[in-house]
Amino acid sequence: MKVSLFITCLADHFYPEVGEAVVHLLRRYGCEVDFPPNQTCCGQPAWNTGLEDEARAYARAYIETFENSEYVVMPSGSCAGHVRYYYPQMFKDDKEMYRRACAVADKTYEFSQFLVNVLGVRDVGARFPAKVVFHNNCHMQRELGVFEEPLTLLRHVRDLELLDNPRYDLCCGFGGAFSVKMPEISTAMADERLGIYVGTKADIIVSCDGGCLMHMGGRAERQGLPVRTMHLATLLWEGVKSNGR
Amino acid sequence: MAADPHNVPDFKTRIAKALGDERLRGAVRYTADNLRTKRNAVVADLNEQAAQRMAIGSFAELRRQARRIKEHTLKHLDYYLEQAAERIRQNGGTVHWAGSAADVVRIAEEIAERRQAKRVIKSKSMASEEVMFNHALEAKGVEVVESDLGEYIIQLAHETPAHIVIPAIHKTRRQIADMFGAVAGRELTTDTPTLTKFARETLRKKFMAADIGVSGANFLVAESGTICLVTNEGNGRLTTSVPPVHVAIVGIEKLVPTLEDLAVVLGLLPRSATGQKITTYFNMITGPRRPGEPDGPEELHVIFLDNGRTNLLGSKYEEALMCIRCGACLNVCPVYRNIGGHAYGSIYPGPIGSVISPLLNDLGAWTDLPQASSLCGACHEACPMGIHLHEHLVSLRMDTVAMGKADPGFTRVMKLWMAAWRRPAIYRMAAKLGRVAMRPFVKKRADGTEVAESLPGPFAAWTNTRNFPPIASRTFHERWSDLEKEGKR
Repeated sequence: MKVSLFITCLADHFYPEVGEAVVHLLRRYGCEVDFPPNQTCCGQPAWNTGLEDEARAYARAYIETFENSEYVVMPSGSCAGHVRYYYPQMFKDDKEMYRRACAVADKTYEFSQFLVNVLGVRDVGARFPAKVVFHNNCHMQRELGVFEEPLTLLRHVRDLELLDNPRYDLCCGFGGAFSVKMPEISTAMADERLGIYVGTKADIIVSCDGGCLMHMGGRAERQGLPVRTMHLATLLWEGVKSNGR
Repeated sequence: MAADPHNVPDFKTRIAKALGDERLRGAVRYTADNLRTKRNAVVADLNEQAAQRMAIGSFAELRRQARRIKEHTLKHLDYYLEQAAERIRQNGGTVHWAGSAADVVRIAEEIAERRQAKRVIKSKSMASEEVMFNHALEAKGVEVVESDLGEYIIQLAHETPAHIVIPAIHKTRRQIADMFGAVAGRELTTDTPTLTKFARETLRKKFMAADIGVSGANFLVAESGTICLVTNEGNGRLTTSVPPVHVAIVGIEKLVPTLEDLAVVLGLLPRSATGQKITTYFNMITGPRRPGEPDGPEELHVIFLDNGRTNLLGSKYEEALMCIRCGACLNVCPVYRNIGGHAYGSIYPGPIGSVISPLLNDLGAWTDLPQASSLCGACHEACPMGIHLHEHLVSLRMDTVAMGKADPGFTRVMKLWMAAWRRPAIYRMAAKLGRVAMRPFVKKRADGTEVAESLPGPFAAWTNTRNFPPIASRTFHERWSDLEKEGKR
């Protein structure tokens, strides 16, 4: 099976180990992984700040880069949601582009979604002794409709205690540019969200989105909270390695 | 709608004030959580009953039906308005058309003058808040008293509603006891019976003395001309039946074509608003007192309110007119729960307020509200009508940019950044440059990891409260060639 990687801008710049983990895990299941070098960003920052034309240009570039791929996999529910949910909408007045946008959206997957729903994986064979709470990123649960898949993967990790997420519906306050345009509200939201997680006594907040992790991680560090953040792909790959593969 | 009923200069100041008020935030979060929990339970119960074929449909089915009803109504709004007006007249009522807030006030003043009315009792109505009814009539020397407990509380506090359904959501029991105590002239305890007894005794006298009763309408059935009121306190019933004149202020979007349609939307409203299957009172008013009837008002006036609504018809924002004012989007909104209603500066707060306040007024004057969202989508998920609130917020941001009303500095930077970053070569080079530029601000910690705790310029908005990670020593793009070779081995 051939899989093209889309490594989101946040993963590329700040969390490249997340991308590496995705590569290793996909190869473990026999995927032939390629990384088209001309990719940049999905364009969500442009879309969310009201720059419609710019956002459309990003969508066009993504479509051109990936339309010949069999599958596109990325380590972000938010970006995958953006591609699947908004790309077709952006071209609803252009029949040909709309068709191409739909085609590429249909084969775009968030990493855990691909692992569980396409590859049929439930247990990656990882061991990771920690108390973990999973943070459902908003766009992944609401735009992409992915909810159970990451939990399934986590439930099969040996020695990992998966705690209930009280208020799985509550945003961490990142919201892209929102975090710097409205930093006071954004920080208040992070504090509330983190307070609930600290209350679960979790060691690690796991998520499928670099944005949420960067936001909650950055605030937790600043406040000296006893919880750290980790991407699901990193956790799974670390767990596989420590389990002797 | 007034630009700013709180006379606080700008949004940032209002936000800071709200965020600094722990008592307010605590009260808002407590009640919002309560309402959300009850709503979730009653929706789950409905779905369970639907699965056993004991209900008229699951929540999702009701929502689909309701959308179909509203889509149809909005598409033929002129027809249904005429039909409703004709039925109201046949029932013995009088119909008025108000294009603006000022029209409502003028019509109400004319009625009050003709009846030589001095006292108005009012049932809860967001439409009347929208046109600042109380303020206008009081200026004419007419006493207006709110009869809904929550509205009465905020009237005593000289405030506007902080929530569409729970006007005094931001008030604690202690604050309410203090306000009531000041009116009573004696100290009151904070227990519910004491407080409600005081309000009931005070308001009963007001009902009996009122010359005019003013209500809104949760729905208006076009085929019968019936005004529908959903309340839990019975104040709606007294307001519309005790005084000799009843005036209903009705937004034109409140219409449903038939009584069967009413059953669908009525199934959604209390469940979404307060987590009740049905409210304590539900009034259907079809005309004033008829000859030989002992109760009811002598006159019934319906004022249909436009106030910007028709601008939405046929636009990409039309579905915002489907809103049934249940407040469910407020109760789940992570922004609303942290800043409360007044920080929005609009009569309609929360996600729906951030959408309709700019649309019913002037987007140019309300550009801040659509920015005040992380676009998490919880509002759309909770909305019984399935209004795509977070998408409309994005759309309003686009309109703001197109109008040239977006924050100029921010927009310029975003445009430049987005235009450059789209080009692969520049994108890759930017990572290298960024790494170098960040270097002076990155510090190494004891465990060898690196962090930026203070960044200059616009990035300070992040690092004032949050750490920022440094750009990796090798980006994924830079690591790929190694990974590729590894794969070929």
